[in-house]
Amino acid sequence: MTAIPATGGVELARTGETKPEATPRVAMTSRARSERKLGWMLCAPAVTVMLLVTAYPIGYAIWLSLQRYDLRFPNDHAFVGLRNYGAVLGNSLWWQDLTNTLVITVLSVVIELVLGFLLAFVMHRAIFGRAVVRSSVLVPYGIITVVAAFAWRFAFDPTTGFVNGLLGTNRSWFTERWSSYFVIIFTEVWKTTPFMSLLLLAGFTLVPNDAVDAARVDGAGAYQRLRYIIIPLMKPAILVALLFRTLDAFRIFDTIYVQTRGAQDTESVSIIGYQTLISRLNLGLGSAVSVLIFACVLIIAFAFVKGFGTNLAQQRGESP
Amino acid sequence: MTAAAMDAAGTGTNAAAVSGTHRAPRERIFWGVGIAIVIGYALIPIAWIISLSLKPADEITNGKFFPTHPTGANFTAIRHDPQFPSALRNSLGIALIATVLAVSLATFAAYAIVRLDFPGKALVLSGALAIAMFPPVAIIGPLFNMWRSFHLFDTWPGLIIPYMTFTLPMAIWTLSAFFREIPWDLDKAARVDGATPLQAFRKIIAPLAAPGMFTSAILVFIFAWNDFLFATALTSTDRARTVPAAITFFTGSSQFDFPTGQIAAASVVVTVPIVVMVLIFQRRIVAGLTSGAVKG
Repeated sequence: MTAIPATGGVELARTGETKPEATPRVAMTSRARSERKLGWMLCAPAVTVMLLVTAYPIGYAIWLSLQRYDLRFPNDHAFVGLRNYGAVLGNSLWWQDLTNTLVITVLSVVIELVLGFLLAFVMHRAIFGRAVVRSSVLVPYGIITVVAAFAWRFAFDPTTGFVNGLLGTNRSWFTERWSSYFVIIFTEVWKTTPFMSLLLLAGFTLVPNDAVDAARVDGAGAYQRLRYIIIPLMKPAILVALLFRTLDAFRIFDTIYVQTRGAQDTESVSIIGYQTLISRLNLGLGSAVSVLIFACVLIIAFAFVKGFGTNLAQQRGESP
Repeated sequence: MTAAAMDAAGTGTNAAAVSGTHRAPRERIFWGVGIAIVIGYALIPIAWIISLSLKPADEITNGKFFPTHPTGANFTAIRHDPQFPSALRNSLGIALIATVLAVSLATFAAYAIVRLDFPGKALVLSGALAIAMFPPVAIIGPLFNMWRSFHLFDTWPGLIIPYMTFTLPMAIWTLSAFFREIPWDLDKAARVDGATPLQAFRKIIAPLAAPGMFTSAILVFIFAWNDFLFATALTSTDRARTVPAAITFFTGSSQFDFPTGQIAAASVVVTVPIVVMVLIFQRRIVAGLTSGAVKG
């Protein structure tokens, strides 16, 4: 649920790098110097807050992860090196939870991408009712995740819900692994597809109608127009939407906490981190989990940025 | 996407709408069905939670979608709940203060990024981007420990600080995208025409900047209102516990009696205002969410 800084960011980063260096240091006027100072002063509060509440704690988490530090036994506090990491990585529960998280992430993001694309298409091309569609699509976005998770939990629950009646089954959804997965992913998809579709809608506006019409005149079918014209032109928007949603899905916590609390093997890495830290108060071991989650996020982001970068370069190389 | 891009999108699709008028009625039916599906998709869970909140206790488990004898009993129950009223107060206060702080700090930063030339500008933007990707669960342990020693655990500032931090990137990016669209030269023009700097700011710049600030305020508020992880990890009593956390810790009148109806009623109370706000400001929210996605 963040605003999506995308291609513009790359653009800006590039201009930002090249412009100031053009003026040699000696020639810097006092006006430029004061502008520089004002710029730093105005950014300072925001930057300080962001550093103090993210960079410092993550450093502290790394420090804690090297300690034996359990708040229930505060006197037994010692430096243990990488032993906590050994304990986490040697535990099959961590790998199980990582697999669960990845399965939920991949499935929900893929479904969201397809649905979001369809939704964006409806919003882009609908002959009428576009405003109504856009408003209703924002409703899931505005709803508290916990509330959405409860709504769907009660809907699927065999005693309170209407879903079983609708499907004519008698299934108890939260007693089996895959049916629990189904409800969790269903809830995630319901809640976040709108966000995806709005980002993709922004991408649709990048596709000039002329290009699509020209392809149509040249005899390209609907699939070919989508495959060879629309999707390549939308690629940057699609990648940005995917990156943000993947990272967001990877930290899934609220939905699982409300719907299963990790039962039926649906525990995610965020749940295990939370439980080790806050429920079991084991700061050393829990911080090791936190640092590993942070590392996973870095790896995912890096993989995407890599893919993103080469992609942009390719596009530039292709166009004459 | 910026406001200008939104308009461009609007005109672009108007052309499609014009050519659509002499299309077959079958196509109208196709779109009608599509739109109905989308509306159903979005609203069925809302209708469901509302209907559940209106069900009397003996109808909760009847598996029907609509209540047969609607009642306000669940709403009365949550009004007298020991936790819910204070949770609602905490949620409102914390989310509003976090919003004001985040938008103020982000406004300074975004103004500097758009209007001033200084080294480190790109670093601020990419740093903010990195924080937008940051997993909150990675810092709840350290924050938990730090807040205990700073006496911030289970207090309003204890939640306001992380909310403000995690929404700053979004606010900075959204505001920069909006500020970049402002014709700042108008300010100079007004000054040439004899306006004082203050007048130029108040009459020209502030009205132009307000929509962007308002949009990012909505997005920040929704984030703070929605958060569950920090709210459960960093609070322990009704002093600072917000609604999402309070709802999950609702207990029934007995341990065998899961408070489904009350959870539904509490959900309705916290959902309806947000839905109304989202519907009123939908255009702004869409613009804010996608700001920068098309052009930075």
